[in-house]
Amino acid sequence: MSESSVRLNVFKTYKLYVGGKFPRSESGRVYEVSDSKGKWLANAPLSSRKDARDAVVAARKAFGGWAGTTAYNRGQILYRIAEMLEGRREQFVREVGEAEGLSKSKAGAVVDAAIDRWVWYAGWTDKIGQVVGGANPVAGPFFNLSTPEPTGVVTVVAPQDSSFLGLVSVIAPVIATGNTAVVIASEKAPLPALSLGEVLATSDLPGGVVNILSGKAAEMGPHLAAHQDVNAIDLAGADAALAKELEVAAADNLKRVLRPQPVDDWTADPGTHRMTAFLETKTVWHPTGSLGASGSSY
Amino acid sequence: MPTTLTAFADVTTSDSALRRFLHGLPGVDAVGLEARAAALGTRSIKTTAKAYAIDLAISMIDLTTLEGADTPGKVRALAAKAVHPDPTDRTTPMTAAVCVYPDMVATAKAALNGADVKVASVATAFPAGRAALPVKLADTRDAVAAGADEIDMVIDRGAFLAGRYLETYELIKAVKEACVREDGTAARLKVIFETGELSTYDNIRRASWIGMLAGADFIKTSTGKVGVNATPANTLLMLEAVRDFKAQTGIQIGVKPAGGIRTTKDAIKFLVLVNETVGEDWLTNEWFRFGASSLLNDLLMQRQKLSTGRYSGPDYVTVD
Repeated sequence: MSESSVRLNVFKTYKLYVGGKFPRSESGRVYEVSDSKGKWLANAPLSSRKDARDAVVAARKAFGGWAGTTAYNRGQILYRIAEMLEGRREQFVREVGEAEGLSKSKAGAVVDAAIDRWVWYAGWTDKIGQVVGGANPVAGPFFNLSTPEPTGVVTVVAPQDSSFLGLVSVIAPVIATGNTAVVIASEKAPLPALSLGEVLATSDLPGGVVNILSGKAAEMGPHLAAHQDVNAIDLAGADAALAKELEVAAADNLKRVLRPQPVDDWTADPGTHRMTAFLETKTVWHPTGSLGASGSSY
Repeated sequence: MPTTLTAFADVTTSDSALRRFLHGLPGVDAVGLEARAAALGTRSIKTTAKAYAIDLAISMIDLTTLEGADTPGKVRALAAKAVHPDPTDRTTPMTAAVCVYPDMVATAKAALNGADVKVASVATAFPAGRAALPVKLADTRDAVAAGADEIDMVIDRGAFLAGRYLETYELIKAVKEACVREDGTAARLKVIFETGELSTYDNIRRASWIGMLAGADFIKTSTGKVGVNATPANTLLMLEAVRDFKAQTGIQIGVKPAGGIRTTKDAIKFLVLVNETVGEDWLTNEWFRFGASSLLNDLLMQRQKLSTGRYSGPDYVTVD
């Protein structure tokens, strides 16, 4: 190679994704992220509790708009995320391969599964209402209808090992139903999560619906779990001791808590339980009108 | 130290004398002023100092509702909130005052039921100030008669910007006289300059001096009804004016930034400005106020964070 064709390396500065923007950590801290063999990959922001606080503010601000979006529109946006990911497939294959020590073909399969997961949840956005809601038979002249509503701001402690497919598998069900999310990425492998922020920012997803923080779950988790303006917490990536601590802290304002569940295979059919874990049920009674002499008005 | 205005007796004898005086005031170094205000805004106030600052800021709030849609119910709710800003924590201080339109003064007074919260009323055809002098004076007398403890008047920006300084001065003087009650006591007078409409810092300094010479008890930045309201820079400028005025006459005058101060962080920045510019003498609600409504909720949430260690949320303060 001739002298003139040698390029300087252009390293990527990984940044947080909060409120639709890409800030550095408020604390100015970073930590070294290395691949599965211990080789340095990049520095990632080491978020502080104040970054977490800002993320909750952004998520709360975005909640009304996102919850009010039609289910059909949310489905389109989730599908758009899949489209955008498809276009950056190579980047994610490389990042996931480095993060998890997978061969190119295995990493490719993981990324494909993650893209398909977005499509899967995109389809669910306008169907979950029929599955978990419906008309209830009541002993009176009323229509009685239950519909699911999003819980609110959900803190997600993302899985530690599956840095991308696991991440998508916990974020997508939360936002598919209209919640907004504050996500603590895998501590050891945060880079795919931080890159996902760039995809979300270009997918018509309103800023603040998903906020991605990198750093230590043990540092930010207790503040988010105790935060009075967070409505639910998904402990997928918390170890047993941390999960217990966070569940205790979350009890104060009666947060919904999804306890960590062992997942052997993230590619398996995820079912609907991750969506229903963060749904509330609204029930409406509506008079059917006066009962006629025949005893029936309908 | 002189404690009278005799030194300035000549200044207000004629329009030209007043103009000479005001235009003789040193010009404002805009870049320096803004840099100073910004630099003072970088102070880090934490833990016990922050707790003190939050309680102080709460006690300095003129809790304000100035909407066309104000109902007696809303004013009563506001009064209740002024007395017990955080019903879950009785150690929370009361706000300094509630600030309402003149026709709501009686409602506010009754709702406060003797609590140590003042009733401030805007007057003189707030917020535009576009009315004839007799109307403005009647507006003021009406509010005072209804029981207002404080009057927030607006100056005639049109007259001021047209250079009719003496007319502005005479207006404030006349309103000051209208603040006197039958028993000889008087409502405190706050003079609003609407700094967002005065265009230049030099004008803000001149307006401050007109207000102080005319007998204002407080000088106040803005109505909260225009685009640019209280900023650290214009508040710093007014603080410097009251500092200089006290040095020359011995008369202490209060300052009230109003509008656009929404977060605890902002409020604490203003308190730093006060402490660094005029000192502790002004760090009480006798001499410094915040004209605000949504600020109180943020202060309460921060207060809850400090006392419980948990971040609070808007579900735990009132919606107003």
